[in-house]
Amino acid sequence: MATLTYQAPATVQDAVRILAGAAGLAKPLSGGTDLLVQLRSGRLKPELIVDTKKIPGMIGIREVDGGFVIGAATPGAVIGEHAALEKAWPGVVEAANLIGSTQVQGRASLAGNLCNASPAADSVPALIAAKATVVIVGPKGRREAPVESICTGPGRTSLARDEIITEFHLPKRPPRSGDAYLRFIPRTEMDIAVVGAGVNVTLDANGVCREARVALGAVAPTALLVPEAAAALIGHKLDQATLDALDAAARKACKPIDDKRGTIDYRIKVAGVLARRAAAIAFERAGAHR
Amino acid sequence: MSRTHVSTVINGEQTDFLCEPQQTLLDVLRDELNLTGSKEGCGSGDCGACSVILDGRLVCSCLMLAVEAEGHSIQTIEGLATGSKLHPVQQKFLEHAALQCGFCTPGLLVAAKALLDRNLNPTETEIRYWIAGNLCRCTGYDKVVRAIQDAAAEMRAEKRA
Repeated sequence: MATLTYQAPATVQDAVRILAGAAGLAKPLSGGTDLLVQLRSGRLKPELIVDTKKIPGMIGIREVDGGFVIGAATPGAVIGEHAALEKAWPGVVEAANLIGSTQVQGRASLAGNLCNASPAADSVPALIAAKATVVIVGPKGRREAPVESICTGPGRTSLARDEIITEFHLPKRPPRSGDAYLRFIPRTEMDIAVVGAGVNVTLDANGVCREARVALGAVAPTALLVPEAAAALIGHKLDQATLDALDAAARKACKPIDDKRGTIDYRIKVAGVLARRAAAIAFERAGAHR
Repeated sequence: MSRTHVSTVINGEQTDFLCEPQQTLLDVLRDELNLTGSKEGCGSGDCGACSVILDGRLVCSCLMLAVEAEGHSIQTIEGLATGSKLHPVQQKFLEHAALQCGFCTPGLLVAAKALLDRNLNPTETEIRYWIAGNLCRCTGYDKVVRAIQDAAAEMRAEKRA
């Protein structure tokens, strides 16, 4: 085996410089719950691992201007214990907490879940529905990008090799807003999504949807933002016709594969069902804010 | 290959070790420090047999590089008992016969302790979700759940006393 080097820089600038200087494959490390499995299986053979967790701000959650900033390497367990975040963004928190076991939650992070770039990553559809953005730092400085712009295919991202994600930003919530994430697996725990659906809505005082974002996971090479599904909700209350339109728009957006977890037809059908159910929860949560 | 010096606290004692960057915390616990209570089942974070408590959080020691442990505090199964006095979860696993082959048992005990450290009155559902990452192929889990419930009851009674 080639020699592996581990570095744990104390600043993001050092992390970027070390990544930029690597000759072979270099991987940023946050929680490591995917990376270590890939190291061990031999699927990845990096020469350099840059642990991001010693960089200030990489772990922790803070409220800024009514929104939230989540350090990119913050473990799922910490996300799940943050009462104010859970109140504002219950869908994002429930999605992050669906990843793996209690043990995995002790380490697994949003940056890892996103940059592992699995189409079935649970936190990603919820973050996309939430209109979350990431802060990316590279040699040219800092940029901000929507979560949906990061994954480009299974295992592939739009990040340059010397860029790392440092923060996730969740926007301030208007009144009467709610979000929800549902995943379908054939058991109750410890499995990978057959389909995932995230819905985020803002209602007016009459319960009519004014803003919506809908995202689907595990039905395409990357998690999908589905504007047509959001359009089916906007301007409507959650009646039967609206649910039917949402279901149809969600199914139409799917481009899934057949695999051991589900067939193409099955995934498409379940995507419609999950979108309806997640929308019902998101609407209920938005109503509870009145 | 150059070995890295790592400084940790393991089961309350300052513990320094040398390791290679690709070694997991589990590798070092077992092969360098001779703490062989933590088991390797899957090596991929699915079975929980290698569970340890890192700064108060339950983690799989197979999913951590040993170098990541620098500056952190680790509790392993070897640290559960106080001298010859078993931790209540250990005692109750014995009384309820909550083990057969025993391979998963250290991980389940550490997971159970981590749960009871933060919640002394978990529901059966909470227990079952908490230990969903600990695979046992012998017991069918029922005796494990009863043992954890009984340990919780005893620890609540001890706390009141």
